[in-house]
Amino acid sequence: MKTMRVLSSTAIAVGLLVSANMAGAGEITVMSWGGAYTKSQVEAYHKPWMAKTGHKLKSVDSPNPSAPIKAQVTAGKVSIDVADVEYSDAVRYCDEGLLEPIDPKTLPAGSNGTPAEQDFIDGGLTDCAVANIVWSTIFAYDASKMTGAKPATMADFFDTKKFPGKRGLRKGAKANLEMALMADGVPASKVYDVLGTPAGVKRAFAKMDSIKKDIVWWEAGAQAPQLLADGEVAMTTAYNGRIFNAAVSENKPFTIVWDGQVLDFDLFVIPKGAPNKELAFDFIKFATSTKPLADQAKYIAYGPARKSSAAFVGMFQDGKTKMAPHMPTAPANLKNALVNNFEFWADRSSELNERFNAWIAAN
Amino acid sequence: MTAAEIHQPETGAMLTTADGAPLKEALARAMRRARFRAFLLVVPLLIFVLVTFAVPIAQMLYLSIHNPVFSDHMPRLTAYFEAHPDIDVPGEDGFAALALDLAASKKDRSAGRVGTRINYERPGSNSLFKSGARKAAKFKGPPYKEKLLKHRKDWADPHLWNVMKRAAQAHTLGFYAAALDLTYDKKGEITRVAPERRIYVMLFVRTFLLSALIAALCLLLGFPVAYLLANLPLRYSNLLMILVLLPFWTSLLVRTTSWITLLQSQGVLNDLMVATGMVGDDGRIQLMYNQAGTIIAMTHILLPFMILPLYSVMKTIPPSYMRAARSLGATPVTAFMKVYFPQTIPGIGAGCLLVFILAIGYYITPALVGGSTGELISNQIAFHMQSSLNWSLAAALGAILLFGVVLLYWLYDRLIGIDNMKFG
Repeated sequence: MKTMRVLSSTAIAVGLLVSANMAGAGEITVMSWGGAYTKSQVEAYHKPWMAKTGHKLKSVDSPNPSAPIKAQVTAGKVSIDVADVEYSDAVRYCDEGLLEPIDPKTLPAGSNGTPAEQDFIDGGLTDCAVANIVWSTIFAYDASKMTGAKPATMADFFDTKKFPGKRGLRKGAKANLEMALMADGVPASKVYDVLGTPAGVKRAFAKMDSIKKDIVWWEAGAQAPQLLADGEVAMTTAYNGRIFNAAVSENKPFTIVWDGQVLDFDLFVIPKGAPNKELAFDFIKFATSTKPLADQAKYIAYGPARKSSAAFVGMFQDGKTKMAPHMPTAPANLKNALVNNFEFWADRSSELNERFNAWIAAN
Repeated sequence: MTAAEIHQPETGAMLTTADGAPLKEALARAMRRARFRAFLLVVPLLIFVLVTFAVPIAQMLYLSIHNPVFSDHMPRLTAYFEAHPDIDVPGEDGFAALALDLAASKKDRSAGRVGTRINYERPGSNSLFKSGARKAAKFKGPPYKEKLLKHRKDWADPHLWNVMKRAAQAHTLGFYAAALDLTYDKKGEITRVAPERRIYVMLFVRTFLLSALIAALCLLLGFPVAYLLANLPLRYSNLLMILVLLPFWTSLLVRTTSWITLLQSQGVLNDLMVATGMVGDDGRIQLMYNQAGTIIAMTHILLPFMILPLYSVMKTIPPSYMRAARSLGATPVTAFMKVYFPQTIPGIGAGCLLVFILAIGYYITPALVGGSTGELISNQIAFHMQSSLNWSLAAALGAILLFGVVLLYWLYDRLIGIDNMKFG
């Protein structure tokens, strides 16, 4: 069998490579978002990769791992080998020539033999980036403090009359403007059409204005569950995995509202001139293969970016929580969901963020 | 010549050394040698400061007036603009230059960078350039104008051509305009940006006002502490000094996050006020995520920078002066105002200037506790450095800030005199 021969020769080649690498064990630096998310990557990607290859991996955290890339590449002193970034940033940084191109053809096929290019969810591969997870911006509340009616729709989040109290929001235009429009009655499928017009932008900001005095801004992903736990806010937008971990691992009475969720990818990129480019690429190939992607779901509620991983998603690490219903991509959670339009944000992020900054800074 | 001759010069003749050289020159030579030796001693520091401080700052400042992305990657179009400076939307020749440049940019993957540059001033250009480059790479020949317009009508937008024409000039003051809430309108004339986008001028004013306020608060709180430090018996003042220095040595982030615990609406301070009945449970006061948070946390963090210079000046004021004033009949207030206070002015000047200049550049603390109304201009600089990647704008904002500080420093020198300042 031809495939068998190819496979076995690949295995031998990999074996040789591994042993060759063993001889001079290298170290790569991977930058991610910290908190429960980094922890899930350490368990699912870092440790198995280190065990398999004998190389070392240093994990560092940042509120946004894309932030240091331009400075490092421009200065010619790149210390990060792999960064975990959002979709629009992956596209933008690639456009600016700050990332190493990654050829999708060199990625391993799925466990069921599907070539990588078909195995990844649509849009999961770009010129310079390989997706690892699908995550989502949702909003959540503390059920123990929400007496009476419970918020159920995005409109409720923006309704401080019906549900008084502070609101936590991520500081930045992305996702907030979309959520504001959905709360204002724009169907998910029309959001980017509306936001593409001046009237739509005005409408989104008007909706944000209605809760402006009650907003507490957060920047790092771990801040959102913290604000909720401290009782600083009645509801907050957050990355769904953070709320899941606080609720399931730490037994916080947090409830996620999936209505109006904004889905996005996180992707691995290699900054241009990374010191250990080859090893970095090896790590990405390993981490985004079928099994490690599925394994990550054991530690946090983010969906794997490969279709072939879905079959392997099982229980949370506690051994009793089924992960499937907690995934942003679970059918029940997708009833009114929006997929982040990266091209829209590549075009409009500087304009809308500037306006957002001006809006936020004005008293 | 003998040494004696030096002591008995002829009238009107020059003083000379033993070997006949004029004394003045010899002295100058010797001094020069000493100066050179002294200079050699500071050379390492000088090089260090130049390499790590002056050069990067100069490079950064240069970025604010120099952005060659467009002219580097669109050479044909740049040349076309030079030849036809007055054109609005060109005919086939201009579009040919554009199409060929776009096709080339597809090859060297620079279409995104050019698009991003144009996108600063004309939103939506990023995708226009990227998809345009993909299309143009497939063009086999003219007519380019027709083919590009078939791709997207936007290519005939006069505003786009205006922006491109300005971007083609690598040296530009456009980023300073943007940093002052100004922009070029569709006709290419400078106007203020729409009211809902104005931000930087307001933030500059806020940054200077808040920094002045913080310096004033530090003086108000720090003066008595410094006085105690300088005048208490040693065993008490040592303890007090440790209390001042301990937070000074603690990480900035630790101090800022401690303030979050204290100030948040479910925090220690609010809990205390609710427990003592000063406010009701639903009337908790918002002490952070606003300007109050920025002022409180920054005042605390910068306090040692006020106390230490004040202390070092007060320590040198002999207590006998006050006693003398009192014995000559001055009331305590008069003695303090007329005798003690004027002698502390060098310390006040140093402390205020130090706190003010540090406050102007702060960004971590306002970012964490300032919410939206407590944000300073440095937060916007950080935003453009790390998030929007518009370094030229960040550099222009930084340059204006630097200019403001230098201006204030100059004013200070004119009004009070920099020589009067004592750091210790």
